[in-house]
Amino acid sequence: MATLEIRDLHVTVEADNATKEILKGVDLTVKQGETHAIMGPNGSGKSTLAYSLAGHPKYTITGGTVTLDGEDVLEMSVDERARAGLFLAMQYPVEVPGVSVSNFLRTSATAIRGEAPKLRTWVKEVKETMERLSMDPSFAERNVNEGFSGGEKKRHEILQLELLKPKIAILDETDSGLDVDALRIVSEGVNRVRETGEVGTLLITHYTRILRYIKPDFVHVFSGGRIVESGGAELADKLEDEGYEAYTKGGVSA
Amino acid sequence: MAEAQNTPVGSTTAGAIAVAAESTVATRMSAPPSFDVADFPVPHGREEEWRFTPLERLRGLHDGTAVASGDSLKVAVEAPEGVTVELVGRDDARLGRAGIPVDRVAAQAYSAFEQAGVVTVPKETVLTEPIRISVHGQGGVSYGHQVIELGAFAEAVVVIDHTGDVVTAANVEYVLGDGAKLTVVSVQDWDDRAVHVAQHNALVGRDASFKSVVVTFGGDVVRLHPRVSYAGTGGEAELFGLYFTDAGQHQEHRLLVDHNTPHCKSNVVYKGALQGDDAHAVWIGDVLIEAKAEGTDTYEMNRNLVLTDGARVDSVPNLEIETGEIVGAGHASATGRFDDEQLFYLMARGIPEQDARRLVVRGFFAELVQQIGVADIEERLLAKIEEELEASVA
Repeated sequence: MATLEIRDLHVTVEADNATKEILKGVDLTVKQGETHAIMGPNGSGKSTLAYSLAGHPKYTITGGTVTLDGEDVLEMSVDERARAGLFLAMQYPVEVPGVSVSNFLRTSATAIRGEAPKLRTWVKEVKETMERLSMDPSFAERNVNEGFSGGEKKRHEILQLELLKPKIAILDETDSGLDVDALRIVSEGVNRVRETGEVGTLLITHYTRILRYIKPDFVHVFSGGRIVESGGAELADKLEDEGYEAYTKGGVSA
Repeated sequence: MAEAQNTPVGSTTAGAIAVAAESTVATRMSAPPSFDVADFPVPHGREEEWRFTPLERLRGLHDGTAVASGDSLKVAVEAPEGVTVELVGRDDARLGRAGIPVDRVAAQAYSAFEQAGVVTVPKETVLTEPIRISVHGQGGVSYGHQVIELGAFAEAVVVIDHTGDVVTAANVEYVLGDGAKLTVVSVQDWDDRAVHVAQHNALVGRDASFKSVVVTFGGDVVRLHPRVSYAGTGGEAELFGLYFTDAGQHQEHRLLVDHNTPHCKSNVVYKGALQGDDAHAVWIGDVLIEAKAEGTDTYEMNRNLVLTDGARVDSVPNLEIETGEIVGAGHASATGRFDDEQLFYLMARGIPEQDARRLVVRGFFAELVQQIGVADIEERLLAKIEEELEASVA
């Protein structure tokens, strides 16, 4: 069973000619089949955690370990991490001029699966997955994220999640900027992947809204660069009622 | 990538639509057109038509110090039956009909060439195989002149390959009779040291179609000046270009479509990718719609993809309209970067770095290559782009 283990992770970023520590000792274990929600106020370091796990060059790991099934993730390049089974659905997916969605998806699937998918089954697979996400077929011929609306970008991220079938999926504020309909469609996509029982999900969010559609097994409160409280789904209800104030104003957070 | 904010630091993407009583396109040149080099002052580099060009790297083509040497270019023409291939003297009446040199180097070439090549496809002859012209540089300096003429309703594809090392200036004329169809693919695949400056003049006959595909990969300095004018109504010109500018290379494409005749069409699409320090691409797209050219339909576009820091693009579309009685006129220019965030996104989907770069560049060019309409040339160009990527991305 695939397991992502994060131990005492410290991460810094360079800003305004100064080095700033963002993550200050994160401990978390995500197993295949589990869904963990990471909730926290703006600036708490949630997205830094997501991008650090994916290997974004902007972030420097200064301490701690991250392993996937015992393999050292921090030693891997960005593409190696993806091929090892890590997937990051981005909050702000990037436009890639000149590359069509269909070409991108096939190139990515070929890299992840280690061989080019058979054309016939692949076309069918993409078409059906797109239909379930209420995506028009013409979408496949557009350039990656170019001119996409906010909702289209997020659907496109979840389309990739469904097709690439990672071991660990990190969803970075996938719910932000979505209306209720889009949120439902995107959540259903995530749930289809979760129902296979083969993915461990790390759901990073500011709001509890998405948790009505995607039920977490564990909820962690993130504040000041680390996890300050962990619990079950009931912790989300508490956050819904009380907000993050207890964690940001000298509460549990030191 | 149509976002102006993507323009790399130090690059310009300026544009202008001028509605003028007198032609700024013409007055931007420092001297009127002439066949005689003596009519042009030696450029100093601040003239509008020379301001982007590194004169010191022209190896004397611009100031009269580059003297022609024997055997510097080997030209071989392979033509299907029915095509006439000749070498003619300077006084041949068929020379100089499609256009007049507009700058000092083109006039230098016209003043200095010894013999001109003339390739003629007789009227109503429809070729099924391309005419292939191989131009191979063997060092030294060369001045050349080439005419390619299609009689009325003739159809031909011409592929001109430039390879090797030479310092050369030339004029190339395309003369299309009424209803003729000509596709010319000019590939600049020079060695790294070559200098190539040329003016291409196309004269498009009534209801004739001219398609030019300019592909520039090699050379130290390549400066091409494709120009089109029309000899009758109903003419169409498509000017496609593709360049891949590597570290240290200067590749400049200056286009002019002179809508001097009513009811003609033109469509210009040039795309370039750049990578490496001091890679410099220049694209000037001038379209002039003269007062008498009612019913004109024209569009021009330039797209650049900057793959690394240190490369520079200057892209200047200029559309000048002297009559409002037209079907359409438009232009667009955009320079986008392939940046670290795009690379991260593709790599985060398992795609290795080099494959990610290839994916982007291949996609960028493929759309244009598919418009060439000659299958074996499309394949060759895509293969060549791959090769260029292999060599430079590694």
